[in-house]
Amino acid sequence: MNERFAPPATAHAVNVQKIESPRGVPAWLVEDYAVPLVSLEFAFRGGASQDPVGRYGAATIFSGLLDEGAGDLDSQAFHRALDEKAIELSFHADQDKLSGRMRTLQRNLDRAGALLSLVLNAPRFDEEPFERVREQMKAHLRHEMNDPGTVAWRGFKTRVFAGHPYQHPTDGSAETLDALQRPDMAALKQKWLARDALHIGVVGAIDAERAGRLLDEVFAALPAKADLAEVGPAPFLGLGGEQTIDLDVPQTTIRFGRPAPGRHDPDYIPAFVLAHILGGGTGLSSRLFREVREKRGLAYTAYAGLSTQEHASSLQGGTTTKNERARESLEVIRGEILDMANNAVSEDELDKGKRYLIGSYPLRFDTSTKIAGQLVQMQLDGYGTEWLVERNERIRAATLADAKRAAERLFGDGALSVVMVGRPVG
Amino acid sequence: MTIHADPASLQEALDKGPDIVERKLGNGMTVIVIPDHRAPVVTHMVWYRNGSADDPPGKSGIAHFLEHLMFKGTAKHPKGAFSEAVAEIGGQENAFTGNDYTAYYQRVAKEHLGLMMSYEADRMTGLILTDEIVAPERDVVLEERRMHSDADPSAQLSEAMQATVFTHHPYGVPVIGWGHEIEGLGREDALAYYSRFYTPENAILIVAGDVEPDEALRLAEAHYGPLRPHGEPPVRHRPREPRPVAKRTVTVTDEKVEQPAWQRVYLTPSHATGAPGEAEALEVLAHLLGGGPTSFLYRALVVDTHRAVAAGAYYAGSALDDTRFYLYGMPSPGVSLGELDSAFDAALDGFVKQGVAADELERCKTRLIAEAVYAQDSQAMLARWYGASLATGLTIADVQAWPSRIEAVTAHDVIDAARKWLDNRRAVTGYLMRSESEAA
Repeated sequence: MNERFAPPATAHAVNVQKIESPRGVPAWLVEDYAVPLVSLEFAFRGGASQDPVGRYGAATIFSGLLDEGAGDLDSQAFHRALDEKAIELSFHADQDKLSGRMRTLQRNLDRAGALLSLVLNAPRFDEEPFERVREQMKAHLRHEMNDPGTVAWRGFKTRVFAGHPYQHPTDGSAETLDALQRPDMAALKQKWLARDALHIGVVGAIDAERAGRLLDEVFAALPAKADLAEVGPAPFLGLGGEQTIDLDVPQTTIRFGRPAPGRHDPDYIPAFVLAHILGGGTGLSSRLFREVREKRGLAYTAYAGLSTQEHASSLQGGTTTKNERARESLEVIRGEILDMANNAVSEDELDKGKRYLIGSYPLRFDTSTKIAGQLVQMQLDGYGTEWLVERNERIRAATLADAKRAAERLFGDGALSVVMVGRPVG
Repeated sequence: MTIHADPASLQEALDKGPDIVERKLGNGMTVIVIPDHRAPVVTHMVWYRNGSADDPPGKSGIAHFLEHLMFKGTAKHPKGAFSEAVAEIGGQENAFTGNDYTAYYQRVAKEHLGLMMSYEADRMTGLILTDEIVAPERDVVLEERRMHSDADPSAQLSEAMQATVFTHHPYGVPVIGWGHEIEGLGREDALAYYSRFYTPENAILIVAGDVEPDEALRLAEAHYGPLRPHGEPPVRHRPREPRPVAKRTVTVTDEKVEQPAWQRVYLTPSHATGAPGEAEALEVLAHLLGGGPTSFLYRALVVDTHRAVAAGAYYAGSALDDTRFYLYGMPSPGVSLGELDSAFDAALDGFVKQGVAADELERCKTRLIAEAVYAQDSQAMLARWYGASLATGLTIADVQAWPSRIEAVTAHDVIDAARKWLDNRRAVTGYLMRSESEAA
């Protein structure tokens, strides 16, 4: 069987150029003229972990306000200007970064660059959009307040990251949003949107010269240095314990986790493969999927994977099972993790897991938007362009001995930190 | 500063799009090839022209249940073999069921296209089911239903609204089925449904990606060509919805609701059932009314008067039978759902009286047509778009002419569509709230 599944050619069509604009803004560029589009993706390190104390949600509301007016254009005028040329612009904050994405037809690139430049250099943060976006965020919080998945993730983060900025939800709470003032936004812009925190990817029908002009127009005038608070490594708390959050729903939503080796740890790659074997991929072939769903019909989803953030690395997973059988689901999951802790994986499992991870890598590069996103993520993760080839080589090189060593570290004694939401029986 | 909208430049970009090839195999199976040579991957999809609306009475959920069971193996490839093969080559796979179709797909490195076809062709006719396999999978589906519907008051409202706006037509039944009927579904039901609908005449193959059309057609002929046709495609028996006459309101109350919500759904024609231009006018209408921050309802209810924190509209035009046009909103604190309901009605009146300005219409069309250009960036999205269109009664030519048909919509058409279809006698309004007192 293995003969037929020889690893696919990994040299893919992504040809990355490292460029620098005339005024010194660096970026990674992939030229591709098949579709007359240009995608630009960028990220400023920082994000919600930089939210001022007690004003959690700041980065999220900040990113939500960036397309709400800039320069001479108020919110409505700005959105109309985007519509006129069908320019797509979006911004998002997560715990480690503020990111932005622009997509335009090649022929409208001048206009798109001008509008994005306004956003980053002259955002207005007007009163009306500030209040409106804050009300929308509060409504969203109310809407999600009793959603089992949301309650579980929030509970899980509070439990395992207590005392660290990661414990706070990126969208804050009604109280912390109310603590924010409109002048905070301009102050945060000065601190956060700076060139030394910035990473950029450009993809599409654009050459290095035109990309250089775009980079200068949009980014060159930003302050050189960001003013970011020091964030230390996050703890991982609550191992060996369970916490139940009562919610009147027919199912129990379970979230579990353990600490894991970080991205630049020598055991990271084998740990990444192990986590995939436990609960990754498209699901249909992972251990958790097989044991929880296929064999026992306990749940629709059962998954696990490595969550690698700037200041924390962990194995996280979950499932959702009717209250009467929630305990059984959790025991099955614990059993699989213990088994991997004690016995690691078989040669065959390791081989299959590696094949999947290697073979599926090109699927991350099949649209310009996805390529641009990958270019930025690789920079944020501290990799060079050579990672495009090295990544699969490193996975291919992981041996059973590597997997055994990593399994001891990743799964240890099998203890988990667990949050359950619902009314689990027993 | 004057900036003109430019749908013409979008058309130019579209004309440079991929050359799509369509063929029919000898056994009646439709084949569509969408070349995209940017990355060495292909998307391989098989769509069947049957969905939840074809579930026999009393067997709601069977289309979706069978979709799950299609992963359970054949004589040639026992349970799990297909999925393992996909995983080993780093492929992605999944399946989905809609009102009008069921589709299966894999995304793999290009050299594996033939292999995917061999597995997919095999399970079109070779599925083997035993009670031992069917029973736990039924539990999985019940868990899926609990997770997505039973635990979520918003989903319960949505199901109640669909069941009310369709008094007779099966679009009123949830795709996943009603819980009490899922519990009764068994092996015999699944096999009966399978042998009726899983035939080459009823299937559409879509290959998008890094493959030459001739090569894709050759592979399709080799793998799907030998499947025996049933003689004629299965017929979908769909009762037509009568002309609606009653304005209806449904309410879901649940202690877990912290943020009330309002929705309305109107019974309207679809792309397949509408008179020429009608569905396109509804698409433009939905975008003008509620397609983002410059839309009429968002401005009227959220930006200008702060009655709502969210307001929008959406037209589900891709459907074989008469379909749905949605409005939705979330009230600001202190605004009751009844007040928001009146505010929506007043805003709709205002929209019709005011008419549509030329520059607004141009911006709207630019946005809509640009979506077709942006879709060219994603082979998976193009594959889905063509598959869904063909499975709901449209042709390749219809899909390709869509931008020019949107371009042809006039301000007059839009207002006419609003007058004709956004009539409260055609509509169900839904309230989601913690207790009845929030309605007033």
